[in-house]
This record gives sequence, structure tokens and C-alpha cells, in this order.
Amino acid sequence: MTDTTKATESAVRRDGSERPILEIKNLEVGFNTQNGLVKAVDGVNITLYRGQSLAIVGESGSGKSTTAHAIINLLPGTGQVTGGQILLDGQDLTKASKKEMEVVRGRKIGFVPQDPMSNLNPVWSIGFQVEEAIKANGIATGRKEIKKRAIEVLKQAGLQDADRRLKQFPHQFSGGMRQRVLIGMGLAADPQLLIADEPTSALDVTVQRVILDHLESLTRELGTTLLFITHDLGLAAERAEQLVVMYKGRVVESGPSVEILQNPQHPYTQRLVAAAPSLASRRIQATGSIAAAEAAMQSDAETAAGDEIDLLATAEARAELLAAAESAPPAITVEHLTKVYKIRGAGDFTAVDDVSFQIPKGTTMALVGESGSGKSTVAKMLLKLEDATSGKIVVGGQDLASVTGKQLFDLRSRMQPVFQDPYGSLNPLRNIGNTISEPLSTHGVGDRASRRERVFELLDQVSLPRTLVGRYPNELSGGQRQRIAIARALALKPEIVVLDEAVSALDVLVQAQILRLLADLQGELGLTYLFITHDLAVVRVIADHVSVMQRGRIVEAATTDEVFENPRQQYTQDLLAAIPGANIELGA
Amino acid sequence: MAGYIARRLLQAIPVLLGTTFLIYFMVFAMPGDPIVALFGDKTPPPQVLEQLRERYNLDQPFIVQYFIFLGNIFRGDLGTSFSGQPVSEILAETFPVTLRLALMAVIIEMVFGIAVGLISGLRKGGIFDASALVVSLILISLPVFVVAFVAQFIFGIQLGWFRTTVGPGAPTQDLILPAIVLATISFAQITRLTRASVIETDGQDFVRTAASKGLSRSRIVPVHILRNSLIPVVTYLAVDFGVLMVGATVTEGIFNVPGVGRTLYQAIIRGEGPTVVSFVTVMVLIYLVVNLLVDLLYAVLDPRIRYAK
Amino acid sequence: MPSNTRPDQQHFVAPLEETPLVAIDKVKAEGKPTNLWTDAWADVRGRPMFWISSALIVLVVIVALFPGLFTQVPPNNDCQLSNSNGGPADGHPLGFTKQGCDIYSRIIHGTSTSLSVGIIVTVLVAVLGITFGAFAGFYGGWIDSVLSRLGDIFFSIPYILAAVVIMSVFSKYANVWVISLAIGIFAWPATARVLRAEILRVKNADYVMAATALGVSRFRILLRHVLPNSIAPVIVITTISLASAIVAEATLSFLGVGLPSSTMSWGNDISAAQLDLRTAPQVLILPSIALSITVLSFIMLGEVVRDALDPKARARR
Repeated sequence: MTDTTKATESAVRRDGSERPILEIKNLEVGFNTQNGLVKAVDGVNITLYRGQSLAIVGESGSGKSTTAHAIINLLPGTGQVTGGQILLDGQDLTKASKKEMEVVRGRKIGFVPQDPMSNLNPVWSIGFQVEEAIKANGIATGRKEIKKRAIEVLKQAGLQDADRRLKQFPHQFSGGMRQRVLIGMGLAADPQLLIADEPTSALDVTVQRVILDHLESLTRELGTTLLFITHDLGLAAERAEQLVVMYKGRVVESGPSVEILQNPQHPYTQRLVAAAPSLASRRIQATGSIAAAEAAMQSDAETAAGDEIDLLATAEARAELLAAAESAPPAITVEHLTKVYKIRGAGDFTAVDDVSFQIPKGTTMALVGESGSGKSTVAKMLLKLEDATSGKIVVGGQDLASVTGKQLFDLRSRMQPVFQDPYGSLNPLRNIGNTISEPLSTHGVGDRASRRERVFELLDQVSLPRTLVGRYPNELSGGQRQRIAIARALALKPEIVVLDEAVSALDVLVQAQILRLLADLQGELGLTYLFITHDLAVVRVIADHVSVMQRGRIVEAATTDEVFENPRQQYTQDLLAAIPGANIELGA
Repeated sequence: MAGYIARRLLQAIPVLLGTTFLIYFMVFAMPGDPIVALFGDKTPPPQVLEQLRERYNLDQPFIVQYFIFLGNIFRGDLGTSFSGQPVSEILAETFPVTLRLALMAVIIEMVFGIAVGLISGLRKGGIFDASALVVSLILISLPVFVVAFVAQFIFGIQLGWFRTTVGPGAPTQDLILPAIVLATISFAQITRLTRASVIETDGQDFVRTAASKGLSRSRIVPVHILRNSLIPVVTYLAVDFGVLMVGATVTEGIFNVPGVGRTLYQAIIRGEGPTVVSFVTVMVLIYLVVNLLVDLLYAVLDPRIRYAK
Repeated sequence: MPSNTRPDQQHFVAPLEETPLVAIDKVKAEGKPTNLWTDAWADVRGRPMFWISSALIVLVVIVALFPGLFTQVPPNNDCQLSNSNGGPADGHPLGFTKQGCDIYSRIIHGTSTSLSVGIIVTVLVAVLGITFGAFAGFYGGWIDSVLSRLGDIFFSIPYILAAVVIMSVFSKYANVWVISLAIGIFAWPATARVLRAEILRVKNADYVMAATALGVSRFRILLRHVLPNSIAPVIVITTISLASAIVAEATLSFLGVGLPSSTMSWGNDISAAQLDLRTAPQVLILPSIALSITVLSFIMLGEVVRDALDPKARARR
């Protein structure tokens, strides 16, 4: 059993039928908490054959990562397998001893973790950490051989200059490069099965695509079976032949990816399909334009039936709005905006470089770009949280550079932000009522009673129960916190709302819900949105105009339909191609 | 690395000037005759007073006095004690003893502190962990002179295992008990710090990743958990040195160890203010140097700092 | 690709009854509202160590405020040398010191000294540390540079050594206030550093940015949003600094540069008893026990508070 190569006779069962490489039967995993045993995985069945690729899809808390960790017996904290079997090539891993598990890990099952920033030990060099994996699995012996293998493994993972960088430390590598190192480590001992837990979620889309392509071709080349975990249905369907959809610790639907995507049966899967931005934008794409989205929706009636969060509906509702707003005067005009940071010892860094755009009243402009593109800096300058180095920002006829004191104070009430991190957006020590009414008290609007009334009104607007006024943020989910942040932003009845990655940290269903809420509020209140995001797929649903930013400059600006249908710049095309699920035939 | 060292050295200069100025200010910028004040209720012989007035240039403006004082220190001239012996000479005699004592204490507290902390952290919530917590809380609460007296009474007087006072030349076996006493001050802190650090590191993603590579626990614990957990413990060494200096003053006094600490202790007890000031100044300077060394050690341990621009 | 699918991998759909759909993002807020402070209280309440240390602290405070409740024997003026280092006698449960004074009475009357020094130093350290730390961390720039360097300078002199120097100069004026000042003036940088680091973390939170975008003034943001969210570690360190201050006073008194021998102080008593350690250890041990228990109660409280307020520490349990 110790030396199983990939295509051995053990792949066949005694009765002659093919034996799956991995068979999970009725797996149950529980965590010991103060309230007793809490089941995180409850009766999961997964079957995976040699050479296949399978994706487990689900939202946070669905138990998908827990399942993956259970397979290699590395459950965090108090987690333990409480029932079922995990058969790897017939060997039940739930009954394996510590020593046996050490043999399985690395050599039989490789593991690629989620966050490249935290999964490499910062105090050891890259070479040390790869060589250690090779040594532990007895792949090579002798200093030279081990080093040779390490270089080979890293080159394979796409690190061309591996021999030169072996002595470097993790912090000297970019996120994408670290993820390559981790993939290299996962494959170092040539395992039969590779488990990849959200291997690219922390990376920029274009990097994500390159890495996934590489992982795919590499596993195919090596004949490695691939099991990967993701929250992105589009990505899962694009990258795996088999799909397992998990919800609340259970498998709700499984089978061939394309079939599930085209014909989702379980209501939860239907919800997911309807809410996935990548798929929605794909469907809009497939039907030609937003105007045709309604038709698509009706033809796709089965999917959308009884579903209040279909992104197509959101897009369609917005499309109507746009027609009315096209001729409106600009709410925001930005001209030649530039921001230069002085970095000690490293000269100047131009974060924003000659950026110009206009946003007509009542419309949404999306500012899209990858991390470091300068998009958030633009938002901060617009909100006057930072001063521009040069250029002009005009809001409602007022030049931001010239407003000070009282004028600035008044201007702030007309322009409000919603930020990315739902856990950082609310002061944890102030209750919801006080948080929402802070804008009112700061600007001296109304008396105590009328402010309370307004807080209730705002809670209604963001569809949260009024009973929340006395509650604290820690009792709310990420999506609910973002609703509160939106309510706070709306308290002073602003004309402009700056949404800085406001939905990026949320699960797809919640994200879809908030996007819908934003669209509704815009229609109701005539708001102008500056929507900052790295996710081009979401843009399709929410924005009228798109400006694509790269290294501080706007490289392409047009209406959303134009950008999606006829991208002029290579960079925009790359971004579009990187939307997961872009290659899927939806058969609509 | 070179940049880091240079920056650290540059940062140390204003602190060095500031601390010496502060000490000098505390002593000599007070109203009245600072020399007389330094002797408290004792009346020193007039010639001693005269000598000191001359030495500290009290007729000069304050800032000039300070720079003369600073210049003297850097020339190694630290004044003379009441017995007429130059302070620098006393230091040269006593410093090796204190260094030996301090090294013994640091080794004892580090070895035991890290070992106990590591086991506590790895077996969080167990009996060992709980007992270690109780012992460390009690040790933290015992002032060093209490520990010293209790140790002297039990191990020296009652059991007779050690000599209650250190003999001439301070033989190493006589230093064991004072070193253990000195080590108890920081042992508990190091235990707590190591434990916290081990638990935090053990929960890090890279530890799980190391296991997923097929490494055994016996490799992960020293290479990935302990190695990373040592970084905050090493930075504690800097603080620890300050604790050790005060501890050594008390411990050497009680066990009569012929080191720097006892000399300071006796100067304090006898009210020899000027000698106290000289010694404290020297100790603060050594403390600054040690802090600098610990910072450098920190860079050696943590590549993120070593390779930062 | 579909050809790759094996017979036992066909499209499977779980029955809806097994996994009923829950409304997306349902609000689950039941019971009393909770935040950091209510959670911390709930946590602390369930720990025996909290109640033991609190009870001890309450006892120490009562003894310090009303020593007359515990002993009628005067600590100083009833001493008879014939009782020197004597054992327990009727009405003198712990025996006598070298001067023939009642040990029990001296311990009771020494309590207020230790506690006063502890409290005064702690208040001083908290005020200085919070002011310096808050301004340095929140305003940054040159204010930070100046305040932080200043803190570095004070931090570079171990506070007991600094207090030794100060008390040598001011030995004529030694009293509870002077000794507290001598300790506190060099002990604040640790608090300032902790608060500064915490503020640097908190001030980048989105809710601070949101408040700025609302036009809330800087100072009000500091008071309303930043300070309340960064004060927790200061509370922990303050509890522990109370213990350290008591030890510092005892150490200074022990070294003979503390309070005058006429003032009732555990440190003075321990110091006076050291010469007779061989013959009458109890004279030294008894006040040491009082001192250590008082210190221990504050250390334990600090430990409990840390566990309750620091999420990392809570995870370590």
C-alpha cells in the first residue's frame, strides 16, 4: 500500500468494476461548542474517479471547506468526524492512525490552501519549505537531488526563475507567485489527488485566470485527480466536470456540471444560478443586451420562478431607468485628477494619473480595476478624505478644491460613502439606532423624536426590522451590516453615494440581494452612484457607464453594453475573459 | 539589513541624548543645592562637597554642565565613589560578576520559561497548563526581595544547600541560588508569552499547510511552531534586561554578590547620591545598547525585517 | 467531458424536505443586545478567578479605608522592646516585630499606603499614557514623532531605577504623593505604546472614514469612535500596573529610598526585618504575604479582564 502509482490494479474492485479514487459516504463532521456538538457537515456523499475534476460549491458556512479538511484529517479546533467514511482508494481515512495519515498527506493527497498570504511560513525561505515537503515524502534523497526536485516542482508550477529565487522569503513574492509556490508544494510528491481550497479567491481576476489555467493543464498532464472548493458557481462549472452543491452542511445537488448549470433542479441551486453575477452577465451577453434581458428571463422562467433575487431582473429594472436618465446634467465632473504619493526613499508614486469622467445625475458609473489600480484613491478624493495633487472635482457645481469649513460640511451631507469591509464599516460599540442617526445629529437635523422616526424609515428602506435599533453590529451578518451602512449613508438624503467595493465581501445570494436593494433605492430616490469594484461581472448588472482603470489611468470608458460587447483595449478584453464562466455554453 | 542597522543606530542617538539629559535634569536642575540634596539627611564632609561641586561645574550654566557631564561619560570618567575609588574602576571589577549572574539567570529563565510555555501552549487547557498558570501568577505577584529572602531562608538556612551569602571571588556554585532567584522574576512572563505565542502560531494557516505536506508533528512543532513563536519572546529580552538590572540590584544586595548591583544597592542604602547617579547612568547606557542588540537579533530571526528596505 | 461521468455520478437532487431553504440573510437577533462590554461581563461573571480576585480587592480596600474595623492595637506607639521578635500572644495574633510592635496591626495599617501608591500611580500612568498615546496615534505626523521619541526616552530608563534617583534627590520630601509621582512619571510609556498601536489599527477602520465623510470633527471622532474601541488593552495593562506600582513602592522602601520609616509600609517592615531572617523569619514573611496577596489579586483580575476583552486571549483559553 505504501507505493501506489497512479494506474495500478488497485483501481479495480474485486467484482471487476472501477473503484473510485475517493469515495465519501455519509460524512458527518461536528464542532464542539459551548452549546454542544454543532454539525458542520451532515451526511455528505461524494464519488470521484481517477482523472476527473470535481468542484464543491457553496456559500460561506455551507461546510465545503470543512469537508475538504476532513479528507486530510486537518480539521481546525474542536472539529471531528462523527460519522461516515472517507475511502481513499479503498482505505478508510477516518480510521487511519496519525502515522498512516502522514503517509497519505503530501504523497497521496496534495493540498493547495486558500490564502497565499498566510499559508507560507514567513521565517523560512521558499526553497526550504518546498524541500521540506520533498524530503518528508521521500521523493528524493541527498541535498542535491532534493534541491533539483524543488526547482523542478516550482518551474512546473510556473515559477520560471525558481533556481534563482529558492533562497528568497515569502514576503518577497507577489500573491500570485506565492500561490504558484503553494501549488508546487501541493504537487511536490506527485499525489494522486489534489485538493484545492479556493485556490485563487484572494487574487486579482487576471492572475486568477492564469493560475487556474496552469493548474488545469498541469493536473491533466500529470494525470492528477482534482477536487476543488469554490464559492463561485461560474468558476466551478468552467473548471470541473463534476459539481457538488452544498448548503447548510448537506449536498443539495450533484452531477455533471453543465447539466446542473443548464438545468438546476434544487431550489437552492436555482437561487445560486440566478444570483451568480458571472452567469448573469453571461446570460445578458448571450441574449445580446440588457434590453433583451426580460425576454431571456421569461424564456428562463423555470429558473427565475419564485425567486426574488434574480440579477437579470435587477439589470432589467435598471435598464429602464437609464433611458430616462441619459440626458441628465452631470452630478459629478472629474477633470485631470492626479494623486502623487511621496514615498520615503523611493521617490514619487502616482496612484491616480490624469483621470477624467462625468457621471450624469441618477445614473451609475462603475470604476473597475484590479488591486493597486487607484480606483479607491479616486473615491477618497471625491469624498475629500484625501486631497488631490492636481486636477478638478466638481460636485453639484462646486469645485471641491475651493470648498472649506461650513461649505464642505454641507457638501458632505450630499455625498455619502459605503465601504467594503462589512466588519469594519460600523462602530462595534454603538448601537444600530445611534449609528444610523449619527449623520442626523452631526448635521443638526430635526429633534430626538423626528430623528428616531427617520431611523425607522431608513430601516424600512433597507428592509431590516425596526427592532434592530437597540442592537449592536456584532449580532448582524455581513450583508445586514452593509444594509445598515447604506441606511447611514442615506440618512441625510444625499444625491450621490460612493460605493467602494460595497458588495465584494458578501456571499453571492446576499450580494444579489444588496445589488437589488441598491437598484431599487436608485429608482426611488434618484441617486447617483459611483460604483467601485474589481468584479466586472457585477458591473454588468448594476452600472450604466464603465471606466476601466489600470495603473492609475483610465484605459477605457464607455457605456456598459459597449464595454461588454465591444471592448477596445487588450486589458479590458483580458478582464472580460477572466470572468469565470465566460466560456460556458448555457444553452439559453 | 545594513539600512535597518543604520536606521536603528540613528534612532538611538536622540534617545541617548534624551535619557542622559533627563537623568542630569532630575538631579541638577532642582532648586537649592543639588549636591547637598543628594545626601538626604546625611552631612558629608565639606571637602567632599567641594570636590563634587567642582566636578559637576555648578557655577556654569545648566546646559554647559550637562555637556561637560556627557563628555566625561564618553571619556569613561564617571567620578569617584566616597571611598575615593574611581567609579569606572569599580565597574571594571564588579561587571564580570554581574554579567555571569545575569547570563545564568537568562539561561535558566529562557530554558525553563520556553519549555513550560511550549508545553502549556501545545496542551492548552490541560492539567499542566492550569498548574503552570497558577505557578506563574504567584511568581509574578512575589516581589523579588521576597523571593530572595524566602529562598535564602529555605535553601540557605533551613536546608543548607547553598551558602546564604556569596563568598569572595563569587564562585559559580555560589551564584546558582541568586541566579535562580533572579530568573524567577521573568520566568513567569516568558512562560505566559511563549504560551500565547505558541497557541497563536499553532492556529496559523501555514502550520496546517505544513501538515498537509505530510510533515510529522515532531517536525512541525520545532520548525514551524517554536521557531516562529520565539520572535516575540526574543523582543521581550529587551524589557527583561531592565527587569534584570533592578532585580540584580536587590538580589546582589541580599546575597552579597560582589557585582554592580550590590555596589548600587550599597550606594543607595548609604545615601551616596552621586555614586547612585553615576551607576544609574551607566546602566541606562548599557540598557540602550542591549535594546539595540535585541532589535538586531529580532531582524536576524524575522526575515521580513531583515529584507525590508 | 460528459462521457467521463460514471453511472454512479448521475445528476442527484436532494429532496427539498431534507434541506428546506431559509430566507436569505435572515435577521437573528434574540435576547438582550450584546456588544464587547456585555460579552466581556458575561464571560467574566462565569469565572471563579474573577470572584476570588474581586473579593480580595474589596477586602483590601475595606482594610485600607477602615483599619479600625480590624484592629484596635495602635501600630506604633504601643511597642515594647521586651516583646522584640516575640511570637503570638493574647490580642497579638501574629506576634511582634524587632521593635516589639504588633505585626498584625502594622500589616493592617500598612494596607492604605500600598493601595494609595498603587491607585495614584495608576491614575497618573493612565492619564499620561492615554493622553500621549491617543494624540500620537490619532494625529500622527510630527505630533507622533515628538511624542513617541519622548516616550522612548522615558521608556529607556527602567522606572524603578529612575525612581531611585528621584527619591535620592527628594528624600527629604518623601511621602505617598512624591513616591507615586517618582514611579508614575517613568511608567507611562508602556501604556502610551499599547494605546498608540491600538489606535493606529482602529483609526483606519471604515467607520472612522464614514464619520469623517459625514463631517464629524476630528476630536469628536477620536472621543466617540476611536478611543472607546481602543481602550480595552489599556484597561488590562492598567490593572496590572496597579500591581506593579505596589511592588515598586515596596521595593523602594526596601532599598531605603522609599517612604520614611515613620510611615507604615509593608516594604519598610520587610526591610527592617531582614537582619533577623535567621532567628525570626515570620517578622519578614508575614508582611510579605500581605503584600503578595494584594499584588496577586490585581494580577489575577488583570488576567481575567485580558481574557474577557482580548479576543485573541479568549481563543487561547
